[in-house]
Amino acid sequence: MNVVIESPGPAAPEGSFGAGFAWAFTRDLLLARRHPGETVLVVAFFALVASLFPLGVGAEPQLLARIGPGIIWVCALLAAFLSLPPLFATDYADGMLEQMALSPHPMPGWIAGKIAAHWMSSGLPLTVLSPLLGLQFGLDAATLGTLALALALGTPILSLLGAACSALTLGARGGGTLLALLALPLFVPVLIFGAGAAEAAAGGLSAAPHLSLLGAGLILAAMAVPFAIAAAVRIALD
Amino acid sequence: MAGPHVEGRALACKRGMATLFRDVSFVLEAGEWLAVRGANGSGKTTLLRCVAGLTHADAGSVERAGDFLYAGHLPAINDSLDASENLRALLALRGVAADAAAIDAALDRVGLSGRRMLPARRLSAGQRRRVGLARLALDPAPIWILDEPLAALDDAGQALFTQLLGGHVRRGGLAMVATHHDLSPPPVRELRMGA
Amino acid sequence: MNFYFFASPATFFRLAGAMAPMFFVLAAISGAVGLYLGLVVAPTDAQQGEVYRVIFIHVPAAWMSMFIYFVMACYGGMTLAFNTRLAAMMARALAPTGAMFTFVALWTGAFWGRPTWGAYWVWDARLTSELVLLFLYGGFIALANAFEDPRRGDRAAALLALIGVVNLPIIYFSVQWWNTLHQGSSVSFKGTSMHVTMLWGMLLMAFSFWMYAAGAALVRCRTLILDRERRTRWVRALS
Repeated sequence: MNVVIESPGPAAPEGSFGAGFAWAFTRDLLLARRHPGETVLVVAFFALVASLFPLGVGAEPQLLARIGPGIIWVCALLAAFLSLPPLFATDYADGMLEQMALSPHPMPGWIAGKIAAHWMSSGLPLTVLSPLLGLQFGLDAATLGTLALALALGTPILSLLGAACSALTLGARGGGTLLALLALPLFVPVLIFGAGAAEAAAGGLSAAPHLSLLGAGLILAAMAVPFAIAAAVRIALD
Repeated sequence: MAGPHVEGRALACKRGMATLFRDVSFVLEAGEWLAVRGANGSGKTTLLRCVAGLTHADAGSVERAGDFLYAGHLPAINDSLDASENLRALLALRGVAADAAAIDAALDRVGLSGRRMLPARRLSAGQRRRVGLARLALDPAPIWILDEPLAALDDAGQALFTQLLGGHVRRGGLAMVATHHDLSPPPVRELRMGA
Repeated sequence: MNFYFFASPATFFRLAGAMAPMFFVLAAISGAVGLYLGLVVAPTDAQQGEVYRVIFIHVPAAWMSMFIYFVMACYGGMTLAFNTRLAAMMARALAPTGAMFTFVALWTGAFWGRPTWGAYWVWDARLTSELVLLFLYGGFIALANAFEDPRRGDRAAALLALIGVVNLPIIYFSVQWWNTLHQGSSVSFKGTSMHVTMLWGMLLMAFSFWMYAAGAALVRCRTLILDRERRTRWVRALS
């Protein structure tokens, strides 16, 4: 068995969760700003697909109002999925990931920072845009509000779970299809509760149970997933 | 406080069903550097990664006292950021604070002053390596673990590296370098892989 | 079974070869008795008639789908913690059998759902999480085989199995936590509301599936050992 013993020697720079988070967050946001095309692409895809449905399905208001929340959620899922692959792959390919793994900052810190930056450039724009798209489906104000809140809670969960799958498939053959096989089934519960919340609101019922489940899921995922990803990254670098 | 120190005891690594290396031991104290030599595929990279803690060894142990810096085959340079942003990111990742003046000075020293604002994808392979040299100049880590640091560097670049290595060792640092070049100052010992 | 049982593939290979037939025989006997109890002896249900008899396949298959996943995740944990080859091979050996039982549970459930609920499928919590379990098995198998280095595949898949364990309590407790269409549990450690022959039929079928799973996993593991260890002396001596 390999043992790496670090005896106390000359002082090493102090690492911290917060510093690691800030480092990864600012860097990834800077990179996203350098390539605004990628963010715009995700949002444009979301908007386009969601807008195609009323055209394709026909303008019957009751039908549109029924299927609207579900369609918007599925589009959010697919758009979140499309923006996943470069999350770790770029850093893995240029050697930055191993430098990050060797950093004194604890791994879950910068991992959480990367995921937060990913959400800011995929989930957040989708959440902000969702009321506009909901109007196309003729959803009322209460439903739009609930939908946006559900997306605000659910899209970070998608980013977290998607990042875990992305880390597990680093260096694997089968690329995007393998990632889809792993990520989409994990997305399904989020879709069910997220769309369910909006549908409950549309039907006049309380969406609180759905939203609180999403919130609990978000807290659990935010606490546990970065550690799982740290293990996956160590496996990928080994 | 004890000085920096790296020791490997009876390290062994298997890849697939083949044994890559077995029973590799070495000791490095402050002010020394070790050259790791061997043919391609003899396990130099794997050994260095084991010492850095990235790869697990199948047997043996590594003892490291002191902060270390690892530079592998991949230069860890992001194409979309420019040289000074890349350098600042690498240093900040290791918790090393460096102000703009220090970064500019380091990039000047490695000959990248004119190209510091270009996105890194416009730099040649050798110029990216020079960003790595600037990192070595600014990072205070006493232990260096370097895998083929002279790759893609021209003569001027190699001279720069030799300068940096000499200064590092004179200041009491230590280094473990995989290379097939003969560098000066000469290494305190050589570790031959794949004998 | 002490710890060192898992240490040597060569020992395990021989042991598994001796034990697997026994498991299959036990599976066949208990399966025959269980099916007899279930299909012939147990009384007709007051509300559902004969259709309910699918319970003797459906429930044991569902139990096994979860149990096998749990065991697979345990082997995954051992792979990551101790870096042993054999634990990883056992996890890989269990996955296809677990996936099969999950599929059987879903399929027999649909077969049962049509006459009783009027639908082959509903998106309720238990069915959805069981479907997610099927995809987790598929993902495990795909991920394990997606790398050049099989050891990388072992470890990545082991981590996936551990992450997915969170799904098991969701499947199990979903009928308590949510208002779902699926019926609540009738069997627990405290007692049961079922007729005694039905209960025995189900338990025997569960035991039969368990023996089958053990036998199938051991046979599959032996094949994996032969493949992974093909360069060692003892494997070459076998041919």
